[in-house]
Amino acid sequence: MNLRSLASKSLKNRRSTAILTIVSIAVSVVLLLGVEKVRVNAKSSFANTISGTDLIVGARSGSIQLLLYSVFRIGSATNNITWESYQDIAQQKGVKWTIPISLGDSHRGFRVMGTSRDYFSVYQYGEKRRLKFSSGTQFEAVFDAVIGSEVANALNYAIGDQVIISHGTGSTSFAQHKDKPFVISGVLEHTGTPVDRTIHVSLAGIEAMHVNWQGAVKKRKASKALTEANLQPESITAFLVGLDSKVVSFKMQRYINEYSSEPLLAIFPGIALHELWSLMSVAEKALLIISLFVVLASLTGMLAVSLAGLNERRREVAILRSVGASHWHIMGLLITETVLLTISGILLGLILLYSGIWLAQPIIEKNYGLFIPITAPNIRELGMVCMLLAASFIVGLVPAYRAYRNSLADGMSIRS
Amino acid sequence: MIEAVSKSTIIGLKEVDFAWHAKANLTIKSGNLCVEEHEHVFIRGASGSGKSTLLNIIGGIVTPQRGQVEIVGQDFCQLKELQRDRLRADHIGFIFQQFNLIPYLSILENVTLPCRFSKLRRANAIERSGSVVEEAVYLLSRLYSKGRCSFHLTTSELSVGQQQRVAAARALIGQPQLIIADEPTSSLDYDAREAFMDLLFDEIKLSGSTLLYVSHDPTHQHLFNRVVDISAINPQQETDL
Repeated sequence: MNLRSLASKSLKNRRSTAILTIVSIAVSVVLLLGVEKVRVNAKSSFANTISGTDLIVGARSGSIQLLLYSVFRIGSATNNITWESYQDIAQQKGVKWTIPISLGDSHRGFRVMGTSRDYFSVYQYGEKRRLKFSSGTQFEAVFDAVIGSEVANALNYAIGDQVIISHGTGSTSFAQHKDKPFVISGVLEHTGTPVDRTIHVSLAGIEAMHVNWQGAVKKRKASKALTEANLQPESITAFLVGLDSKVVSFKMQRYINEYSSEPLLAIFPGIALHELWSLMSVAEKALLIISLFVVLASLTGMLAVSLAGLNERRREVAILRSVGASHWHIMGLLITETVLLTISGILLGLILLYSGIWLAQPIIEKNYGLFIPITAPNIRELGMVCMLLAASFIVGLVPAYRAYRNSLADGMSIRS
Repeated sequence: MIEAVSKSTIIGLKEVDFAWHAKANLTIKSGNLCVEEHEHVFIRGASGSGKSTLLNIIGGIVTPQRGQVEIVGQDFCQLKELQRDRLRADHIGFIFQQFNLIPYLSILENVTLPCRFSKLRRANAIERSGSVVEEAVYLLSRLYSKGRCSFHLTTSELSVGQQQRVAAARALIGQPQLIIADEPTSSLDYDAREAFMDLLFDEIKLSGSTLLYVSHDPTHQHLFNRVVDISAINPQQETDL
């Protein structure tokens, strides 16, 4: 006895409602798994923004704020760190390397970051990956700039192009450092991190830009020769610290947090990233809940279609009973139908999802810096699919039970 | 538990009481019926006299509240529901008034349907014709002597008379011991009715099945060995009428 072929023939007979049901399930699968894929990839790309750095140090504020401006280039610092304090900490025992970060200027909406040359050799992201140049080299001269891949793509820049940096961080600024244009010396490879959206210049370059400037206003005064030697900054925004050993990280954190000359804050990037992500968990949960409701709606739709069709199928059930079908066969038939519909919906949903990812991949990456790889469904996604199947089985029990009750009352001929 | 009461008794109802609901009046009260093997019995009764209920009891779809039901030598009241379903699948072929066929299956699939539920009938069909489908084609070609019909059509394309022939072929496939026909000709016109009855009797005689024919219309009762009025089976009807 092959219930599956009976069920599929019966569904074929009710093609249009079956197809609509399958489509609604497919849409819910796309949403459920799509949200999950975006969430997982956003989380991992988020966690991969910075790695290999033991501490991030800035002026005393909040750890998330420090993380946001130093790593994500979002918001700005409340205060700077003096060059002396930076030098002092950089020379402490146990400190392997430091990378200074100086922020506050921008170019056409992209943040400009002053840093040292060590940045290109020491900075790590993802699984301990280092920055690579797709063309050119790091900055050598004071007015050299290295741009991230997204800056290069968005503004169509190449080696040798001039960049005029604006004072402040808005996308339009009236205070532009027109007198001192930078020249692009290198373009970095794509990283999927905020590095892609950053214009890197040397600390000396940042200082040089602001020579003859008082605050945000340019002074009318001739400039003297600008060399790195006479361009030592007075302060920086933040710095990244790499330690010789993880063991000293807590000790170093306490040392910096209790630093006597000025109020500083040292954070562990991993912990701060985690804190930041947990802030977003509300949105994350809301998305998941919405997609669960879509699943619920599509299952309810399937139930409604199935129940509505039941009355017309009483005769079919009576005939099946007369040729020897048991109640279990009848219930099995109806459950098989809902499960078949759900499996078809899941398969269609997976096809839609993967072709959707395939099509949208470059667009999402370009616009949101988020790369969604085409990978087989992971355990959690498979679990979701299995739960959907189980739910459809349970939903199938309702019409199955109704058909059972009907057939008890009808017997082999419809009694109205 | 399952005991053969009598080999030659196909249907034996004794003092059967049945109501569809616990609170409802009895549809059948003190029902008695005995049908021997190879008998062709005509049961006559007006609609609402409990004929369909009687067939549901004989088919093992429902069990009476009281009394004994013995079908092909087995006591139905002693059997579990699934065993009754199997017994029905194996030994009884039904032909109903109309809407007999499953609309989404082809003619052949409708005819072979009982063999999906009964191993015994499948085995019988294979023994006789080599395969279930060949047996179905054989039965259908006998019933459609002019052979105008493609057996792969869906049943919705058939006339009512053709549908009844398909239903007859389905009841006959795998040679069940008992064929039950419930007003099979009521939706047919005169010619189709006569043709159908001829075919049915030919096939029943060929297969040696027992026939229980239920109708309110006495036109064909002369074809049967025995005519039983429903009031004889279900005495309650006398008081009602």
